[in-house]
Amino acid sequence: MKDLSGWGRYPRLSGPLGTARDMGPAATATATMPGVTARGLGRSYGDAAIGRDNTIDATGLNRMQSFDPQTGILAVEAGVPLADIIATFLPQGYFPCAVPGTRFVTVGGMIASDVHGKNQHIHGTFGDHVAWLMLALPDGRVMRCSPHEHADLFKATIGGMGLTGTILSAGFRLKQVETGWIRQTTHVARNLSEAVTLLSQTANATYTVAWIDVLARGASLGRSLILEGEHATADDLPWGDVKFPPSTNGRLAVPMDMPGWLLNGMTVRAFNELYYRTGARKAGQTTTVPWDSYFFPLDGIAHWNRIYGRRGFVQHQCVIPMAQAEGVVSDILERISSHGAGSFLAVLKRLAPGSGLMSFPMEGLTLALDMPFSDGLMPLLAEIDALVVAADGRLYLAKDATQSRDTFAAGYLNLDLFRQLRNDIGATGRMASKLSERLGL
Amino acid sequence: MTDPDGHSAPKGLLLVGGTSDIGRAVAATYAARGWTVTLAARDAEGAERNADDIRTRSGAHQVAVQHLDILDTGSFEGFLDGLDTLPDTVVCVVGMLGDQSRAQEDTDHATTVMRTNFEGPALLLEMVAARFAARGHGLIVGVSSVAGDRGRASNYVYGAAKAGFTAYLSGLRNRLGKTDVHVATVKPGFVRTSMTADMDLIGPLTAEPDAVADRIAALETRPSDVVYVLGIWRLIMFIIRAIPETIFKKLSL
Repeated sequence: MKDLSGWGRYPRLSGPLGTARDMGPAATATATMPGVTARGLGRSYGDAAIGRDNTIDATGLNRMQSFDPQTGILAVEAGVPLADIIATFLPQGYFPCAVPGTRFVTVGGMIASDVHGKNQHIHGTFGDHVAWLMLALPDGRVMRCSPHEHADLFKATIGGMGLTGTILSAGFRLKQVETGWIRQTTHVARNLSEAVTLLSQTANATYTVAWIDVLARGASLGRSLILEGEHATADDLPWGDVKFPPSTNGRLAVPMDMPGWLLNGMTVRAFNELYYRTGARKAGQTTTVPWDSYFFPLDGIAHWNRIYGRRGFVQHQCVIPMAQAEGVVSDILERISSHGAGSFLAVLKRLAPGSGLMSFPMEGLTLALDMPFSDGLMPLLAEIDALVVAADGRLYLAKDATQSRDTFAAGYLNLDLFRQLRNDIGATGRMASKLSERLGL
Repeated sequence: MTDPDGHSAPKGLLLVGGTSDIGRAVAATYAARGWTVTLAARDAEGAERNADDIRTRSGAHQVAVQHLDILDTGSFEGFLDGLDTLPDTVVCVVGMLGDQSRAQEDTDHATTVMRTNFEGPALLLEMVAARFAARGHGLIVGVSSVAGDRGRASNYVYGAAKAGFTAYLSGLRNRLGKTDVHVATVKPGFVRTSMTADMDLIGPLTAEPDAVADRIAALETRPSDVVYVLGIWRLIMFIIRAIPETIFKKLSL
């Protein structure tokens, strides 16, 4: 029995974990094991990568297969980490079309969660750039799926949380970049309304995201720093800078669980205040920052999830359709702020529709926050979820650990189609995770 | 090795054991340094998977796969003669841990463990040594094991075969000591690989395959005779060897 908790370490779960060292054994395990799902680097926050009965460790599927510079398509086994892809191809002038907030994720995990980045409003999710994937089905077949081959299965597997089969390998596009630097411009929003306006005004930028102070109240509710980013060209670089800086991350680590009292309303409020003021001084300025600190700021601190103490934390990410977005986000922020649930800077961002049947993104605003687990947290989350449901929004499954079946069903309108497809391929009850059990899939 | 235009031809590595995790890391390290790499393995398809990975990651296309069964000693001569060019370096990482208790009862299994860890690698490297000696230079790296430093109840079939291999490499090195053919014995200690996946490894005593590969590649510029990848193992095995047999036989190690 292995500890199989997600990155949030709530809920704490364990179970048998078998390593697949090649695609054949991974396909066999998929076809023979009951209640099974694959797991990559365990960076989903809740219970998505924990099999109901069995879990396949797919990190042994870590071979790259080929790269075609003509098309930019990289073919890899599903357990290859994003970190390896960037380390290998950024120095050659290529970067993935979409990256999540950490590079310690696998390709299979990125597809199953249909991850998005700060450019999702323009360039779509990771799934939008997948050319094909090889999927091991519960009946033993291995199918090549693409927008043209078994398109239904392809669409259901992108964002399908590993519940249509085990992704063995995939081909996806990399884009060309001149440097490994990002030109970042900081804008200051004194309240939520300004933040929403600025996110719209910066919507033509390749990357745009708001770091929001979730504990600010009253007239400052929703105050944010909006960070706009573009890939720097070679001409943008100060003379003498290396075009592709190696990763500088990895020097810091949280050595052990921090005591639970460390993150209280006061310390988090102070941190957010400091961050906001420091950022506000850079208002309107453009700086050139290396890729790793721009895309993956938290990767620089190993085991950062330990900062929330032994009880772990819950990550909550919702998306609210644009029409009602500002009002609902304001309502959510008010509740969190008055509850005082310590959350470091949260993220506010505009999203466009996702590419898969069960993808999270839709046209609207997304708010992502993490909150240390406490006794009062569940009622607060239930209140927030009710607001999300009333506004026809939904929650991100890769981060979810707490939503109810009703919240889930109300948000994912293609659920019946997904269930039907799972039935058709014999996946119902066979491809099963703790998440799918909890949500009644 | 300079062609008429003055370019140095890339150096060549023959990696025997092309599907092992250590072998994969060694091959990738050499390929990244511009070497031509040939992966020899019984499971050519598995070696091809590693070759694709190395080609894609390094951008190097000089990675080839050759079929070789380390138990088929009769094929060695033809295998070596069939190579396009005699490599500059041969690294043999072939190994099979086997199952000690099974090996005690099942003679066939014990034989396979012994032949895989000792007979095959020793006979192959003997033929390589002859070719290197005739040419006048070359580096032979045999990956043996700390398990060969003293026989223990928990793995003495494997350990004895590795002890034989260690002694063989020592003799080969002694024989070629006055030539430009160098023979190195590498003892990795615990390495995080599929061979050790079911063991509870002790962190400070455990090396990653990449660390083993770096130590082996370092031999190209800084030759060494017997290499313990993690220095602590030299001390541990010194102590274990120093325990008198009368005491040692009563210990469970």
